[in-house]
Amino acid sequence: MHRVPERIEPLAVTAYSATSALGRGLAAHLEALRDARGGLVINDFSSAPLECRIGRVAGIEETALPATLAHRDCRNNRLAWIGLQQDGLLDATAAAVARHGAARVALMLGTSTASIGSTEDAYRRLTGGRFPADLQRPEIHTPHSLTAFVAEATGIAGPALTISTACSSSAKVFASAERLIRLGLADAALVGGVDTLCDSVLFGFHSLELVSPRGCRPFDVQRDGISIGEAAAFALLERATEASRAPRLLGHGESSDAHHMSTPHPEGRGALSALDDALARAGLTAEAVDYISLHGTATFKNDEVEAKVLPRFPVRTRASSTKGFTGHTLGAAGALEAVVALLAIEHGVVPPNLGCDEPMPEAAPWLVLQPAEQRIDVALSNSFGFGGNNACLVFGRGEPA
Amino acid sequence: MSAPLSLRTTGIGAWAPGAPDWQHLRVILRGESAPADDATARPAGTVLPAAERRRAPDGVRLAADVAAQATAMAGIDPATVPCIFASTHGELGITDYVCETLARAPLELSPTKFHNSVLNAPAGYWTIATGCTAASSAVTAHHHSFAAGLLEAAVFACAEDTPVLFASCDVASAGPLAEMTRTTLAFGAAFLLVPDESAGATIRLALGDAVHEPFVDTGLALPGVAGDNPANAHALALLRRLAAETTARLRLPISSELSLDMEITP
Repeated sequence: MHRVPERIEPLAVTAYSATSALGRGLAAHLEALRDARGGLVINDFSSAPLECRIGRVAGIEETALPATLAHRDCRNNRLAWIGLQQDGLLDATAAAVARHGAARVALMLGTSTASIGSTEDAYRRLTGGRFPADLQRPEIHTPHSLTAFVAEATGIAGPALTISTACSSSAKVFASAERLIRLGLADAALVGGVDTLCDSVLFGFHSLELVSPRGCRPFDVQRDGISIGEAAAFALLERATEASRAPRLLGHGESSDAHHMSTPHPEGRGALSALDDALARAGLTAEAVDYISLHGTATFKNDEVEAKVLPRFPVRTRASSTKGFTGHTLGAAGALEAVVALLAIEHGVVPPNLGCDEPMPEAAPWLVLQPAEQRIDVALSNSFGFGGNNACLVFGRGEPA
Repeated sequence: MSAPLSLRTTGIGAWAPGAPDWQHLRVILRGESAPADDATARPAGTVLPAAERRRAPDGVRLAADVAAQATAMAGIDPATVPCIFASTHGELGITDYVCETLARAPLELSPTKFHNSVLNAPAGYWTIATGCTAASSAVTAHHHSFAAGLLEAAVFACAEDTPVLFASCDVASAGPLAEMTRTTLAFGAAFLLVPDESAGATIRLALGDAVHEPFVDTGLALPGVAGDNPANAHALALLRRLAAETTARLRLPISSELSLDMEITP
């Protein structure tokens, strides 16, 4: 049967950033989370009308990639490029490459659809049954498109892998990178996730009747589905000895529901198992958790099941979903919400569960409804994906100055 | 460089057109038999419950077939075995359907086909069919998908001291996308990897310097499988060495500066 994992050596998060509907970089996110100012807008993106709200990043259309990277141009890589330029990420990555050697830095990114928006575009503009000339670029019509772009843009030459497990993708990259560093196959890893709006996810989730026509309301009794968003979020992981004061990745847990392709296990079996493993690797119990960045998609089922995990925690543990701010950024959600957890630790910001007016009674004792500030030493982030794919991350504080 | 990762392959699975399992492919790779000319064959997906099998696209059936062979050969219950499914392109037929439907009538998109379009559909169906509650993953690295996926699986096995199921599968391209993805035949391989520091290890992996010359594995049967999809060629190269049952080395490209170096001992 399942064995309780051993405690791991924490890793330092030496740089991190996020770009989403809340803006570019950490300062924009901090301000929006503190002011309870969400980024969802009426859908103006899909190629045919669809009544919903979206979390759209401004200015992607006007962004140009450097000429040497132009062969990888597409909406998703433009967003990745914007994201890499925030909060000194490119410089920090270059410094890690210089310090450890390019082949000793790994790259592990999560995405659910990569640049499929460009493939959709090609199908809308077929000429004589073939892709139009400007889209005859095999490197953008494959799910590794994002990671190949970031490898080229950063000069990282270590192992590079795309994890694509739907909405848990960019949480799992933290676990994979930690294992690689633990075994000595890399000294640092750039991890993260990037997903952009595209017809596939807008009409796909609509076909499953999972998209809210109004705007997502996580953990509200009246919740009626997700709002889809786009985001780029990255974190640079190194051994804790490299940066004593940097926040820490303390633990990770992964599991499968073995239940259903598009609905979670009714008792949250997989979610609990991922949580238990993450806490075991961190060497902590649920009592130590100050804040939980919930998956909280605002589908009826997700929130009902995720609420069953909350009684594991004391009621002093604060919890919120930030999907009401950014929308569900799918393959980027794990990394984006890891950044939320890191912001909580470093800045004492406890984001409110935006969009929830009437909280589900079973979640209410833990839910944060108004912006709050308090010291957070340990923060946890939940991510659950299609196919019953679960991941849970635990972050903590670095050594005091 | 770090110490090599030592693993025992206790189970192998394979599926190619005309070679529906490892027993068939093994004798073909040993040069003892010619592949049957059966490009229209479909993987059976026998391990999937009937209702799931009806909904499952070819890539899912393929992954389920090779994964089931590997776990059966290893005599291990898949319910507790972490699994990692690699693919260069994912479910190409579904991607073609989704893009074609979105271009024509986006509101007609089938919900089942949409959830089958995720790269982790094989992992999802497999864990549901086998009751597997361990970690499952879906990974890709374009032309390095086999080597990068194998490294991910080996690292998981050694770091967590657990058997790991690794499968690498690609299905044939379809529609206008085919010109970009160039995979003409479905092919899948699976390995049940057990960490083993003893002399019984069958594969020792390490990262080495980059390979600069193009990868060529002479003497490979099934040119249609290997020729247009490097991940398939890399999988076949490892399978051929395991089939030969002699000590061998294999060096697969994995990044611009690294190769995955393997020592294979039967």
